[in-house]
Amino acid sequence: MAEAPSEATRIATNARDRVRFEEEALALSDQVYRVARHLANSREDAEELVQETYARAFRSWRSYQPGTNLRAWLLRILTNLNIDRGRRQQRTPPTQGLEANDYYLYDRLAETDGGLTDEDRVVERLSQDDIVSALSTVPHDFRDVIVLVDIGDFSYQDAAQILDIPIGTVMSRLHRGRRILKRELAESVVEEGS
Amino acid sequence: MGHIDDPCSHCEEMMQPYLDHILSEEEMREAEHHLDECEWCRKRYRFEESLRVYVRTAVSEPMPAALKEKLAALRIPLN
Repeated sequence: MAEAPSEATRIATNARDRVRFEEEALALSDQVYRVARHLANSREDAEELVQETYARAFRSWRSYQPGTNLRAWLLRILTNLNIDRGRRQQRTPPTQGLEANDYYLYDRLAETDGGLTDEDRVVERLSQDDIVSALSTVPHDFRDVIVLVDIGDFSYQDAAQILDIPIGTVMSRLHRGRRILKRELAESVVEEGS
Repeated sequence: MGHIDDPCSHCEEMMQPYLDHILSEEEMREAEHHLDECEWCRKRYRFEESLRVYVRTAVSEPMPAALKEKLAALRIPLN
């Protein structure tokens, strides 16, 4: 019969598991920040949010199930904290008329350029500032899924779990959110051109 | 004028699911068949592909080094 582990062994194992958890979580911090930066409304908010997330994760590391997606687990904490911070009080999107069709941005760029030849070069007419600013104007519900899927590279399934919404909702918000983003980008191009 | 024809509107509807690889095989074939024949839509699909990569790159900010240090300091010390 195997002997029960001594108290000392149990403590040592516990400490080793915790250190391993903390190191794995810290190794993901760049990726967590990249997503947090655009879920939050500002750089300062993102930094605070990431710190709160890690503080909470380190405290409740035992509720993480080893072998599952740690990055998604951290982002779940982060999105919950972000919601707790009251950002939902911000404007809610109207249900109609927000987005143009999918070809809209290309067509607007083509219009202002008098005929485009190289599609790969067309995007270069959008500045980094245009894109950051357009993304920040996309309403939260839509922005969250764009940030998780298109920037954070999470699967639909992961995004659904992180945001606690059905996968069908992830897909429809992503579809509409991308259209809203393109409309915002088209507006910035038209403003700059005028 | 290709862009007012129904096949192009339908192709536009399929663009996002096509690029997300979530169309059925039949729908995929249908989209590709149209794209083979329609330069108007093909250009717009290629633009969308470039746009996605461009957006991802444009909004990616490195984490401030000071933040990294703050996170490491949050670790719970071993007793």
